[in-house]
Amino acid sequence: MISEYLTKDNIRLGFEAEDWKEAIKKSGSILEANDLIESQYIDAMIEMVKDKGAYIVITPGLAIPHARPEKGAKKNGLSLLTLKEAVKFGHSKNDPVKVVISFCAADDSTHTQMLSELAEFLKDKKNVNYIKEVDSKKELLSYFENYDRGGESN
Amino acid sequence: MIGEVKVIKILTVCGAGQGSSLILKMNVQDVVDELGLDADVDNDNISTAKNSGADLILAGEFHEDALEGFEVPVTTVSDFMDNEEIKSKIQSFLETKGE
Repeated sequence: MISEYLTKDNIRLGFEAEDWKEAIKKSGSILEANDLIESQYIDAMIEMVKDKGAYIVITPGLAIPHARPEKGAKKNGLSLLTLKEAVKFGHSKNDPVKVVISFCAADDSTHTQMLSELAEFLKDKKNVNYIKEVDSKKELLSYFENYDRGGESN
Repeated sequence: MIGEVKVIKILTVCGAGQGSSLILKMNVQDVVDELGLDADVDNDNISTAKNSGADLILAGEFHEDALEGFEVPVTTVSDFMDNEEIKSKIQSFLETKGE
């Protein structure tokens, strides 16, 4: 259930970020505030992009920063940050990024269910476009709940 | 090696080997099922994926130097959520194989 992973505690809408690093920092700080990671995990997420590339921008306008479990992940979890102004991550086709969904996984396997549900949700462009535009957390939370209720038959 | 490869090994790759590559793997698996291909789909991180024996490697947009040393060229997928793009990349791979 997407509404189990994304709750009022790990969603921040319409934040400002100067660049992609600040976007990852803000997004990661939500994970930290929920006691899902050690703070070093945030640096590891940034390093990953510096080192390997902007492959975390997996679909136009949306990035999923993450790092290896041993970089300070405590539990499995997600955070959702949307930006007032989209920022460039350095991806040739999917920039600029408006939605940042960071995640952490305590190990290599138990987060599969969480990611699979997230992927299923993101596959529908309608859902991605909705997240890009929504400015009310309350509305977004009911959107997730509705999706979960109707998602079964889909 | 000349001759038909019966089962195609497809590997999806990302930096950590448990995030983007996992999501891509799920969508690649959907496309493989839709096309009715006899293929194994797996995911891995970019460091250990280099000598995996895969026939086709799919990944997001990496820095060029991160892609050095791969046994087969890495095919970039721009939109992981677009099964049509994934399908066309797999189909061009099958065509170059001479299917």
